[in-house]
Amino acid sequence: MDKWENNRAWFLILPVFIIVAFSAIVPLMTVVNYSVQDILGPGQRVFVGAEWFREMLSNSRLHDALIKQLIFSGLVLLIEIPLGIAIALTMPAKGWTASACLVLLALPLLIPWNVIGTIWIIFTRPDIGLMGAFINKAGIPFDHTAHPLDAWITVMLMEVWHWTPLVVLLAYAGLRSIPDAYYQAAKIDGASRWAVFRFIQLPKMRGVLTIAVLLRFMDSFLIYAEPFVLTGGGPGNATTFLSIYLVKLSTAMDLGPAAAFSIIYFLIVLLFCWLFYQALQAVGTGDKS
Amino acid sequence: MAKIELENIAHSYRANPASEDDFALKRVHTVWEDGGAYALLGSSGCGKTTMLNIISGLLTPSQGRILFDGKDVTALPPEKRNIAQVFQFPVLYDTMTVFDNLAFPLRNRKVEEGEVRSRVHEIAEILDLSPYLNKRASGLAADAKQKISLGRGLVRKDVAAILFDEPLTVIDPHLKWQLRRKLKEIHKQFKLTLIYVTHDQTEAMTFADKIVIMYDGALLQIGAPDELFEDPAHTFVGYFIGSPGMNLLPCTVDGGDAVLGCGRIPLDPAVATRAGSGAFQIGIRPLYLELSDSEKPGAVAGRVASVENEGSNRIVTVLAGDCRLKARVPEGRHIPADSCWVVFPPQRTKLFRDQYLVK
Amino acid sequence: MSKRHFILIFYLVLLLLPIYWMLNMSLRTNADIMRTFELFPSSMTLENYAKIFADPSWYSGYINTMIYVSINTVISLVTALPAAYAFSRFRFIGDKHVFFWLLTNRMAPPAVFLLPFFQLYSTFNLIDTHIAVALAHCLFNVPLAVWILEGFMSGVPREIDETAFIDGYSFPRFFLAVFIPLIRAGIGVTAFFCFMFSWVELLLARTLTTTVAKPIAATMTRTVSASGLDWGLLAAAGILTIVPGALVIWFVRNHLAKGFALGRV
Repeated sequence: MDKWENNRAWFLILPVFIIVAFSAIVPLMTVVNYSVQDILGPGQRVFVGAEWFREMLSNSRLHDALIKQLIFSGLVLLIEIPLGIAIALTMPAKGWTASACLVLLALPLLIPWNVIGTIWIIFTRPDIGLMGAFINKAGIPFDHTAHPLDAWITVMLMEVWHWTPLVVLLAYAGLRSIPDAYYQAAKIDGASRWAVFRFIQLPKMRGVLTIAVLLRFMDSFLIYAEPFVLTGGGPGNATTFLSIYLVKLSTAMDLGPAAAFSIIYFLIVLLFCWLFYQALQAVGTGDKS
Repeated sequence: MAKIELENIAHSYRANPASEDDFALKRVHTVWEDGGAYALLGSSGCGKTTMLNIISGLLTPSQGRILFDGKDVTALPPEKRNIAQVFQFPVLYDTMTVFDNLAFPLRNRKVEEGEVRSRVHEIAEILDLSPYLNKRASGLAADAKQKISLGRGLVRKDVAAILFDEPLTVIDPHLKWQLRRKLKEIHKQFKLTLIYVTHDQTEAMTFADKIVIMYDGALLQIGAPDELFEDPAHTFVGYFIGSPGMNLLPCTVDGGDAVLGCGRIPLDPAVATRAGSGAFQIGIRPLYLELSDSEKPGAVAGRVASVENEGSNRIVTVLAGDCRLKARVPEGRHIPADSCWVVFPPQRTKLFRDQYLVK
Repeated sequence: MSKRHFILIFYLVLLLLPIYWMLNMSLRTNADIMRTFELFPSSMTLENYAKIFADPSWYSGYINTMIYVSINTVISLVTALPAAYAFSRFRFIGDKHVFFWLLTNRMAPPAVFLLPFFQLYSTFNLIDTHIAVALAHCLFNVPLAVWILEGFMSGVPREIDETAFIDGYSFPRFFLAVFIPLIRAGIGVTAFFCFMFSWVELLLARTLTTTVAKPIAATMTRTVSASGLDWGLLAAAGILTIVPGALVIWFVRNHLAKGFALGRV
């Protein structure tokens, strides 16, 4: 479908352009500005060029946080995407049960992010938490404030609990858009349950799954409030993800390095999103020769 | 290749159908002969698709049995029935190539790969799909996609019947003819039983040996196109087949005549004696109405209200008393200017009692 | 009951368990919580909720949040509707670049932008106003709204626009009277997502407010007192933050189901 060529369409996007530019461009310029200066005090700043970038790129704590962040986001995608699809497949197609499932699923998505952290503190504490108390009663010592592994498991559980419903909702939307004729044709063609999933459902969900992967990657890579409330980045630096490290840097008034770091951070997210997008677009297109 | 028998099939989409109205399909009892090309014709919502899905096994009928070559298949799922179905919109496996699409039903049935290859190439050749075999199916035009859907049915050697659910809806008009011709060729070559659902009578007439007319969940008539035209078993058939449809006028029967609001019309004496009692209608094809300037015996007086030119024919609307009649007059034949006499040839004038033809 | 239903119900139970636990805590006093471990509260009390509703600094937090979330949802929809129409119907100079640029705004680490944001809004004297938070949230909600709406609009055939223009509709009238009703379900879904992301965001909201427009989620940090954490009160406040979201989703559930059925999100 060819679109109409018309440059006056710019008038239609002007309000969006202005409102987003207002909040996006000036702060971004400010950050860029900080990233090339050393701020010694009010009104005292020195131009340092790419000094902060060089420092940040060779900063081992940053590397550490970045690797942690990549592992975290990778695990998030590996768990949430398949789990979300699986749950979406079990959901009823219509009726009040479908509405009820949607309402229940959306519940975690509507809880403020710091409250998510609070819920999981209350849920996993060894003394008053349901999960924490049960695991400890079962004879396995579990305390996310003391053991790095326990902290990781808790943060991971929280993240999966919080965001898998989004993947479910998106996958469910994709499934609902498949016309009945596809399932009927597959039945007549004698396709197995697996073949129906592999050749009908999965390809038809590609669009929504692309959105799901991108959203989940972005938000898990930028995660801040939930682990901050739950673990404060600890124990030690076990759950100090990129954002948490970044805020630590900037509150320590190292504005220059923090700004340089955020630009690097931003570029990493951009790069990965682009890679994911390209990869997901390439899957299942193009001819076999 | 199979003979399909429907034994007292009825279907309701409700769990506990209370009245006749709850049934989408009402007591259908019929036989589809082996190798026949049938068109299932009716307006939207008359139960055509329900019937098709019962034959293919996508639906299990609430009542009755369905037999393929005498074997009861009522409880069998679609993949066990050796039926292929082509849907209104092309159904393709988007991520597969044309070859893999065609091979899919065979591979699902664990057919040996060498055999799959030869069958797919054979069918692709017949359907003119060979140049596209390595192309991704999603990139093709609508008519090629429908051919692939059809091909998925044909590749199976054991296929007994192919069902079409308005398969030409999304095809461009000039390609429709090509595709329909292809279907006829395939029918000749494979001697398959074809059942073709449509609401387009031209499509039905050009495709099928036998047309099945459905109305409100029931089969009204099965017959060759000319039978349906000449002897419609029900007023709906008369109205639905032909363009414009049959003139249908309420009347009473008095002796050998039908008494209309606009006059008396002589009936075929054989029909008149069998009239019995009930609500009567007479029906006559516009083609058979004769218009004349002068009075004739048995003719009814009227006046010409309008003339529409249809190329080789003209459709004349005549008002006679409270009757509104349409007549089809071939080009070159004289049409009265205003007042005229309308002749109803008795052999062509059909009598319907309670909607059904008096034979 | 089939295996499928079992899995789904099992999942939903797991999903609700942490929320149930918070509800459980919110109905008990702090002393009770620390003393015994109970699956079901034996002595239920609404004391924590009473405390919240009696204190204006608590409940004004809710009102503040509601105000800026509503403003944000309205701004996002009103600006995104024409823009999404432009992206779904027209080709124009820089269209792809602008669309991509809009989306990149979701990718910027919000933690970094706190200070520049604060400075920017100070310059305009907007600190501690509802509109400041609403505007700030537009940064990620407007692009999202454009993205979702564009998907829905592309599903509407262009012949509808053409017919309307031939019938003599002016653009604004066509847009309001013909087009918007066609994508009602899409607007419902979009509004839901805008509400959701604005409601759950805290970092920006907390940075841009001090007292007058302070969000409820920020008020919650006050439960830490000299005597330690008041778990009961914290849980009650948490439960109360879930209620508005739950209400919204209950009201839009049919829209949402319909929007999802269209396969565009």
